[in-house]
Amino acid sequence: MKLKQISLFVENKPGTVNSALKLLADNGINISTLSLSDSKFFGVLRLLIRDWEKARDLLEAHDFAVKITDVVAIEVDHAAGSLSKVLEVLDRHQVNIEYLYAFAAGLHGKAAIIFRFADPDDAISKIRSELKLVEPLDLFREIPN
Amino acid sequence: MRPALKNKKLTQGTIMKPTKAVPMNPISAMDFIPQEQLHSLQLARLREMVDLAYANVPLFKARLDERSIKPDDIQKLEDIRLLPFTVKADLRDTYPFGLFASPMKDIVRLHASSGTTGKPIVVAYTRQDLDVWSTAVARALAAVGVHEGDIAQISYGYGLFTGGLGAHSGFEKIGATVIPASGGNTERQVMLMKDFGVTCVACTPSYFLHMIETAEKMGVDMRELPVRLGIFGAEPWTEAMRSQIEKKSGIKAYDIYGLSEIVGPGVGCSCLEQEGLHIFEDFFYPEIIDPATGEVLPDGTEGELVLTTLAKHAMPMIRYRTRDITSIMTSKCACGRTIRRISKIGRRSDDMFIIRGVNVFPTQIETAIMSVESVLPVYQIILTRDHGLDNIEVDIEVNETIFHDRVSAIEDIRHTISHAIERILGIRVFVKMCAPNSIPRSEGKAKRVIDRRNLNA
Ligand SMILES: [Zn+2]
Repeated sequence: MKLKQISLFVENKPGTVNSALKLLADNGINISTLSLSDSKFFGVLRLLIRDWEKARDLLEAHDFAVKITDVVAIEVDHAAGSLSKVLEVLDRHQVNIEYLYAFAAGLHGKAAIIFRFADPDDAISKIRSELKLVEPLDLFREIPN
Repeated sequence: MRPALKNKKLTQGTIMKPTKAVPMNPISAMDFIPQEQLHSLQLARLREMVDLAYANVPLFKARLDERSIKPDDIQKLEDIRLLPFTVKADLRDTYPFGLFASPMKDIVRLHASSGTTGKPIVVAYTRQDLDVWSTAVARALAAVGVHEGDIAQISYGYGLFTGGLGAHSGFEKIGATVIPASGGNTERQVMLMKDFGVTCVACTPSYFLHMIETAEKMGVDMRELPVRLGIFGAEPWTEAMRSQIEKKSGIKAYDIYGLSEIVGPGVGCSCLEQEGLHIFEDFFYPEIIDPATGEVLPDGTEGELVLTTLAKHAMPMIRYRTRDITSIMTSKCACGRTIRRISKIGRRSDDMFIIRGVNVFPTQIETAIMSVESVLPVYQIILTRDHGLDNIEVDIEVNETIFHDRVSAIEDIRHTISHAIERILGIRVFVKMCAPNSIPRSEGKAKRVIDRRNLNA
């Protein structure tokens, strides 16, 4: 139900994001989705990767600061207003969202939104009857390893 | 409490505290000499030093003559206050051999330190001086329980610097097995430590942190190795850094103090109690002065440490101003040693920088960081000048405890640290978070401050 998200510290200078991505690519690790959040001087690059343990070990060996966080993927239709419907449910249950981003890869015609909740277990128990949560296996099904 | 020991008569004995039952090393006997005996020994040796310097060192003779002081005027220990100070510039001005008091045929070793600017300073030793030096280091080691059978890795630089050979001879004298690893090639250092079953390490505390870090990367957990203690010195370090070293490596971290001008490492050392550093007072006489007026301050008051060599013949140093800020502790140490202690040296005048009229010591910034962070991150202080205004930037490497998947959480830590520093210094600082391993590691003394103010003035 929960997904392991890899977060990386990146300095705000040219080439740092690419050096991480290139390292993963050179080692045959596919990134399912990524998002970058930054301040003026540094950023946090977040990655969803099927073999997250291999990616973590590789990145740590190359001096990246790495953190693993549990996130939840919620399925949404490719239709106007579908995200706001999800947000309504979360709001009704007073679930705290730290941040969210879209899952880029295809998911049998649907899309997924990745949520970082303050308390993922609590969030899952509150919303699982109303929303379709994506299992890690389904999420990565169409991604080559 | 242990009974007072007669000098050099001691052959055996044990410390009474059952928790720290380390057999007493006979070499430590002088550490327990009764105060009165110590004072008469100090006076006799001081007079000998003054006679020697007056007869052989023109600069010293000229300074005494100027003040109409004769060596015979030194009648009691307090009369040392009549004597002029010696400063680092005196060593440079008389470069290379101007302060030597023994003929070259009696001098068996020279060391030199580069200093930060200009010519090096040169120091000299007779055979007897070398024996005094290695005895002082051996007494320092004995005070923290180093013994025969210990395997000691010396990771101070060997060469002109006194650290490597100084520590080396002390460990040899106490009967340890010495590995002269010198500095550098950190992965090999870790390999030696592991493969040789090293029990004691001597190096700078910042280099040891780098060794711990390197060991972790190599998959070596230092806590599982036989290494049990480290003798760290040659740079000021904080209590926070000590506890970090101890936590991460599982060793006991002891402080050794010294400077080349006096002898090298071994002027003083912490004992098992880890509260301050005992000065080997029968060899090195300590005073604390007000750095502004030169006035001698009472024990317990903080000021600049001034040292006089009492048993160095190649190059006696009389009232040498160390530029280290500390105080002489007034309480008796629980270990029973009668020789006095100085408190841990956290500040060295040479490391001080002035920014916007405020005197700043790097250790103040370290203390501020540690008031926020449980683990000392790798950091560096960068001074710049922009349109005539000095700026201070503190670069901090993110580590496990600082890094977070939310940018705002890292920003919060950044702000908390900069506020903590601002509270201590009273000036604004810019804290920058950096990637792991982006700040260069030192294999000797850590380079905490990068001053770019002259470059962009
Ligand atoms: Zn003691």
